[in-house]
Amino acid sequence: MNKLPLILFVLLVAFLVIPLLKGKDPTVIDSVMIGKAAPALSLPDALKGKKGFSRKDMQGQPAIVNVFASWCLECRTEQAALEKIGKANNIPVYGIDYKDTPEKLAAWLKQYGDPYKAIDADNDGRAAIDWGVYGVPETFFIDGNGIIRYKQVGAVSEDIMKENAP
Amino acid sequence: MKFFLFILLLSFSIPARAVEPDEMLKDPVLEARARDISKDLRCLVCQGQAIDDSNADLARDLRLLVRQRLQAGDTDDQIRQYLKDRYGDFILLNPPVEGKTLPLWLAPLLILGTGLTVAGLFIKKNKTKV
Repeated sequence: MNKLPLILFVLLVAFLVIPLLKGKDPTVIDSVMIGKAAPALSLPDALKGKKGFSRKDMQGQPAIVNVFASWCLECRTEQAALEKIGKANNIPVYGIDYKDTPEKLAAWLKQYGDPYKAIDADNDGRAAIDWGVYGVPETFFIDGNGIIRYKQVGAVSEDIMKENAP
Repeated sequence: MKFFLFILLLSFSIPARAVEPDEMLKDPVLEARARDISKDLRCLVCQGQAIDDSNADLARDLRLLVRQRLQAGDTDDQIRQYLKDRYGDFILLNPPVEGKTLPLWLAPLLILGTGLTVAGLFIKKNKTKV
């Protein structure tokens, strides 16, 4: 009986410490969009010289949809990885340019690489809300039936993909 | 003197408010509903704040979205559901009472009950000693 407080204390400490040790980033919110159909897109093309896309373009084959912006620092680091992942698995990478301008986007693509098959512009951020995005970059992996299978919050890397690829 | 001036200026400042005048709806009833809903929605960037009092970009976009939907004739619940479908329960500052969140609502009662029981037993034990 005397040991009961000690046991309770140890249990409490375990309860509090175990989540810390797991090292999960508490600011990352699990997406409820996984397992749901990718929302329809009716956005303007981001660049004059490059195509935009809609849900139709993604039909019948898996696709990667990357929400990014030229003003987003972390987005710079994932361009190479996106390109590699897309090429290695033969999956087209689509981009949604979040609150950006065509001039800045064009310069940015030139500097950091352009892995995108097509890019749409989300100027007012409404499409991002529709996709449940709360910060750039976020990347969606969509299967051939148009169902979202995985979402990466923050920059994509090849290691992350190996662990989580559907 | 400088200090006095500083205090004087400070007393004239008004606390920063997140809802910008240009966001507000003309219809006071709709605007009141928008404020009500906004106070209950979590800003996903700042996470501890409601979108009603957050200055984050996304919070502003969400406030505008809430107002647009109200104007389009959506009910409060429809708006909450729309956002819940996209961001999950996390966006609601008041989690709904349902199977998964039941422990969250019951735990405080359970802890209080345990505490009262232990305290009660302790007091009883000490009384019989004297």
